[in-house]
Amino acid sequence: MSDTHAQTVAQVRDTMLPPAPPPRRETGAIHWLRENLFSGWLNIVLTILAIWLVWTVLSGFVPWAWRGIWGAGSLTECRQIRDQLYPAGTSVACWSVISERWQQLIFGFYPPGGYWRPPVALAVFLVAVLPILFTDLPRRLLWLTVAAPFLIFFLLWGGTIWGPLTMALGVVLGGVVWLTGRRTGSPLVTLVATILVPLLFWMFLAKPLAAELAQLAPWGLPRVASKDFGGFTLSVVIGLSAICLSLPLGVLLALGRRSDMFFISKIAIAYIELIRGVPLIVWLFTAQLLLNYFLPRGTNFDLMLRVIIMATLFAAAYIAEVVRGGLAALPKGQYEAADALGLDYWQAMRLIVLPQALKISIPGIVNTFIGLFKDTTLVAFIGMYDPIGLATAIRASTDWQGIYWEIYVFIALVFFIFCFAMSRYSIWLERRLERSHR
Amino acid sequence: MSDAAVPLGAVPPPVPGEVAVQITGMNKWYGQFHVLRDINLTVDRGERIVICGPSGSGKSTLIRCINRLEEHQTGQIIVDGTELTSNLRNVDKVRSEVGMVFQHFNLFPHLTVLENCTLAPIWVRKVPKREAEETAMDFLRKVRIPEQANKYPGQLSGGQQQRVAIARSLCMRPKIMLFDEPTSALDPEMIKEVLDTMIELAQEGMTMLCVTHEMGFAQAVANRVIFMDQGQIVEQNTPREFFNNPQSERTKLFLSQILGH
Ligand SMILES: Nc1ncnc2c1ncn2[C@@H]1O[C@H](COP(=O)(O)OP(=O)(O)OP(=O)(O)O)[C@@H](O)[C@H]1O
Ligand SMILES: [Mg+2]
Repeated sequence: MSDTHAQTVAQVRDTMLPPAPPPRRETGAIHWLRENLFSGWLNIVLTILAIWLVWTVLSGFVPWAWRGIWGAGSLTECRQIRDQLYPAGTSVACWSVISERWQQLIFGFYPPGGYWRPPVALAVFLVAVLPILFTDLPRRLLWLTVAAPFLIFFLLWGGTIWGPLTMALGVVLGGVVWLTGRRTGSPLVTLVATILVPLLFWMFLAKPLAAELAQLAPWGLPRVASKDFGGFTLSVVIGLSAICLSLPLGVLLALGRRSDMFFISKIAIAYIELIRGVPLIVWLFTAQLLLNYFLPRGTNFDLMLRVIIMATLFAAAYIAEVVRGGLAALPKGQYEAADALGLDYWQAMRLIVLPQALKISIPGIVNTFIGLFKDTTLVAFIGMYDPIGLATAIRASTDWQGIYWEIYVFIALVFFIFCFAMSRYSIWLERRLERSHR
Repeated sequence: MSDAAVPLGAVPPPVPGEVAVQITGMNKWYGQFHVLRDINLTVDRGERIVICGPSGSGKSTLIRCINRLEEHQTGQIIVDGTELTSNLRNVDKVRSEVGMVFQHFNLFPHLTVLENCTLAPIWVRKVPKREAEETAMDFLRKVRIPEQANKYPGQLSGGQQQRVAIARSLCMRPKIMLFDEPTSALDPEMIKEVLDTMIELAQEGMTMLCVTHEMGFAQAVANRVIFMDQGQIVEQNTPREFFNNPQSERTKLFLSQILGH
């Protein structure tokens, strides 16, 4: 009816409507409660159920944690204090184990005089990643990023300052060779020289030079052996090293897997499938036991370094698969436009493809990183004293025999803070990239 | 298919004898499917060629062979004196001399308009950044969107995006421009702004190969129209002869469909 009307009757508007404000939304706490918690029978039942569940958990945990005893020197002492303060049968946390042993949980067997070093190293790391994470900071800060690995190594392991400095000198040499070669020589010779010169320098010159300089000026920090690393220091060193190293390796693997070149793609596929198909703990045992057979006799290859390498190789396979998803999600037109403009393969990847593919992959990458960081606790099984390994040791000591919840709650809390920070950062980064491109 | 009246400017004549693109006996297959069959085509410098034909006739494939986004299997393609073979150096050289505008623009969404335009000059031609930005602003002014330079492509209309894409190609100062249906993804009111830009380009003597169904554009600036069907060049002629006096039955059928007679 109205349709035919609309078609047969011509219409002309002769007064224009002024803009009107949108209808007012009902607000207030009561309204919110009614809308979100009690809007229907099912909703009411679920709300009550949820409140009951939260209550049961918290009513047990909160008094236990809140009444916790801090000053005691052993579990027995804790129990005595508890019996004095509370009626018999009250369950109370014994946080004293944390206040007594927190230094050990955080620093392991690091010499107490050097407790300032790991936090400073962490601070240097955080400052060094700033220019990578926040792209609008001045580019000059990137020099700090380049210097940071040597500085962090020096802070953590100590020794004379000349060891890391001569290492860095090798990198500088490589850079100089590359820059001069690029202007004058052929690309292949330049590439080979860029790799060879620093290697030869490190193998033959670096050590004597460092020793010589150390005689002249014995500046440095007390040396700390890898076996003295423990607790969260160990977890964070392994976790962050593997995170930083696995990202570039994973990206290369993802590109390799999509490559047109037969051997490159087959090798990348074989690597990814092999690494992903075997549990990390098996790889860690491999690192602990088998690598000794493969390496030349007499080389004492640091266990911690071996674990870092294994964790890196392991995480890289997962990163590769996440990044491959991002590469596949990119429209074909982007590759074609880059080709049509005459960009070569690496330019196209670096400037066009990876910035977009990595942006898509951020949630997956951070997910892998969080998983990797938590998986560092597995090193407890190969005899390293990460927080879990230390917890076992503390619980075996005469003072604290029989304690368990308190240490694990503390460890869980610290891990949660690290992982939650990573998660928040990734969400922030996604939002920011989203805004800047729309 | 809006054959809107396009202003006919003074289009300079092509330079006979100076060859921009030479294709001889070229064939291409997709698996078993013979998509381009014995293509022979010589394009002189300054020529403006419009390629038309039914869907699936191989028009896109043909112009994508000219900058080797697609590989041909037999025959020869020489672009600006460089033969296209599997030699990557030649391919990159040709690609930096040949600009291409796509149906779906293919701008880089993570870069601003200005960065889209300066990227290739800076990285491929090694032009200093400042100079590349000045050139880019010149070309953005030319396509009449200098005020959008710092926006991202996602913030522009389709017609504006396509004009940015044209400016991006021009920043490389190409000798030849390829267009693959540059207006078919656009709303009618945006088609004209893109066509006007292309006409200006033709008036400056750019060598152009355009796949398009804009017959008004063909009549205004093309000096040759090529009709393709089933992977072959069926007919080519001046626009006047092509539209008024088509020779082959296929051409007549196609024209009657496209011009809606
Ligand atoms: N990558 C590919 N693999 C296999 N067949 C393809 C591929 N690309 C195109 N074709 C086929 O080749 C033929 C020619 O395609 P082309 O895109 O060149 O046609 P066109 O003339 O540009 O058509 P349109 O006007 O629809 O764009 C079509 O039949 C198409 O199905
Ligand atoms: Mg096409």
